[in-house]
Amino acid sequence: MSTASVPLPAWINYGLIPLLNLFLAFFFSGLVVWAIGESPFEALKLLLAGALGRGEGIGFTLFYATSFIFTGLSVAVAIHAGLFNIGSEGQAYLGGLGAALVALSLDRYVPWYVTMPFAIIGSALFGAACAAVPAWLQAKRGSHIVITTIMFNFIVSSLMNYILVRVLIVPGKMAPESRTFLEGGQLPKLDWLIGMFGGRLGAAPLNFSFLIALVMCFLVWLLIWRTKLGYEMRTLGHSPTAASYAGMRYARIVMITMLISGGLAGMMALNPVMGASARLQIEFVGGAGFVGIAVSLMGRNHPAGIILAALLFGVLYQGGAELSFDMPTITRDMIVVIQGLVILFAGALEYMLRPAIVRVYQQISGK
Amino acid sequence: MDYFDIFISILGSAIRLSIPLLFTALAGLFSERAGIFDIGLEGKILASAFASACAAYWTGNAWAGLATGIATSIVFSLVHGFASITNRGNQIVSGVALNFVAAGLTIVLGSAWFGQGGRTGQVPASGRFSGITLPGAEMMRDVPIIGPLYANVISGNNILTYIAFLMVPISWWILYRTRFGLRVRAVGENPGAVDTAGISVAWLRYRALIVAGFLCGFAGTYLSIAQSAAFINNMSAGKGYIALAALIFAKWKPVPVMLACLLFGFLDAFANFMQGKALPGIGEVPVQIFQALPYILTCVLLAGFIGVARPPKAGGVPYTKER
Repeated sequence: MSTASVPLPAWINYGLIPLLNLFLAFFFSGLVVWAIGESPFEALKLLLAGALGRGEGIGFTLFYATSFIFTGLSVAVAIHAGLFNIGSEGQAYLGGLGAALVALSLDRYVPWYVTMPFAIIGSALFGAACAAVPAWLQAKRGSHIVITTIMFNFIVSSLMNYILVRVLIVPGKMAPESRTFLEGGQLPKLDWLIGMFGGRLGAAPLNFSFLIALVMCFLVWLLIWRTKLGYEMRTLGHSPTAASYAGMRYARIVMITMLISGGLAGMMALNPVMGASARLQIEFVGGAGFVGIAVSLMGRNHPAGIILAALLFGVLYQGGAELSFDMPTITRDMIVVIQGLVILFAGALEYMLRPAIVRVYQQISGK
Repeated sequence: MDYFDIFISILGSAIRLSIPLLFTALAGLFSERAGIFDIGLEGKILASAFASACAAYWTGNAWAGLATGIATSIVFSLVHGFASITNRGNQIVSGVALNFVAAGLTIVLGSAWFGQGGRTGQVPASGRFSGITLPGAEMMRDVPIIGPLYANVISGNNILTYIAFLMVPISWWILYRTRFGLRVRAVGENPGAVDTAGISVAWLRYRALIVAGFLCGFAGTYLSIAQSAAFINNMSAGKGYIALAALIFAKWKPVPVMLACLLFGFLDAFANFMQGKALPGIGEVPVQIFQALPYILTCVLLAGFIGVARPPKAGGVPYTKER
């Protein structure tokens, strides 16, 4: 008998299976560490100590997690409507331009809390604009959104390259980046948050956008499970034919979903651009858009799960950086391997263990 | 230099740049025609470039490098198959995962083994595929027009280049003139019908993926030990995605795939040539426009403004036998 249709309790579906998949990913990562002649347990210990040991480490972990929450939400919103937005990377990159333009034009005149709302809107608008064309192509012309969003990642990359090298670059400087924003264009650091727990933030760039990310989690939850639009999105995700039979307009839902998804990705730029480096730098997204895919998958497309998964990846990023200091044979790119394995086991192979678990479950529960 | 010489040199470099695209796009052709989306092309060429550079470095034999590259790329293909065929996982997620694994693993292993920040050691001359001068190339050189064309564009390439162009008619023949090809095309359109005919959908798709892995192995090998003499971090630099674009631009057909790859290779070569030069009447054209052009063209095509690009119908959908 097939095991695919046997229902399992929620704690197995949302707790046990993801944890086992995660364990497998770490097991194979451990094998890689072992293969290059280091102790996997020692590496894990250093990684955790680096990410969670001191206030500064925690600050960095939360800083990375902030970016991943935004991109994870971006991917999740699209998945609820059955759309695979693989272009969060490009949308975040263009969102950075939106945030930077606001910061560059306002930072001289107003304090940060006046700049911030405009920067949020600017980054979201630019991110949404980047998602608009693939959305329109999917909604009206039937082009596959996965392909078009990939293409747009590259188009945006070329565009930003041009803008940074030719337009926003500081005259006389070699580095392709904008000028440093003044105080009015920077988001404040969250020293007090770490301070509350008795730690010290130190050089960690944890900033106000962390709180914006948490607000967005709540808003996304509200949108998906508590609004009519969210209901329509989920219906479309489950069955496009049912949605159209119920009179929901396909093109409209696709457009709105992708604009929201692109906007969330765009807001990710607030964190590195206005929160950390205080300038627009080339390739500042650094793969966070793709990490968003993993975060969304791990978090089962639910904001609460996304926060947890983003923290996990934050730990990996910060811990991995510390690890490469302590164990020079393991480079920082070990994180990329772990990330890939997590996506593989938690995403593509998520059903691999299910038949075995169903059999065990049936024996134990005596059905 | 007069215009003809410039044209010849751009054409020569266009061919060199389009070879990895051609192998990769043909790989994608087999996998997508069988109904398996292959975002992981990028990862496969990266992994095989690394593997063949390592093997060629240690053995000093280019063919050993090629074999290792192909084997590595086939392993990646099989993982993709295990996830997306056997476990019916999401094909795009699986492809993205493999790209990450390849990007990370090549640097981690490379740094651990060679200690040069991800670079492999310099591959000796015997471990590389070097240019072959075709018979009569020197004699023909002085013949106007066809002489330089023959001597500088057609002759002087390495063996992988000629294999790449040979793969085009072979792929066409396999896809359109063999039983396997017919079944591959059928399984990409209507796996249910193939299953009803008593043919295993899973095994057919696995075989298509193995062919894809085989071809990606050539692409990676070309990058690391034919075009250069070592593996460098992130050497594939998005070529897997451009090949994917070329495949779509060619509407999933072998001969148009070759033309699309040549076009994208030409754009790349032209962009390199135009760097810092001004076009008469227009002024300096930003090099980024040429870099973005393959992707823009593909989007325009997908929008249905240049004919209709119709992907294989069952692409991306895992096949479930009736229960």
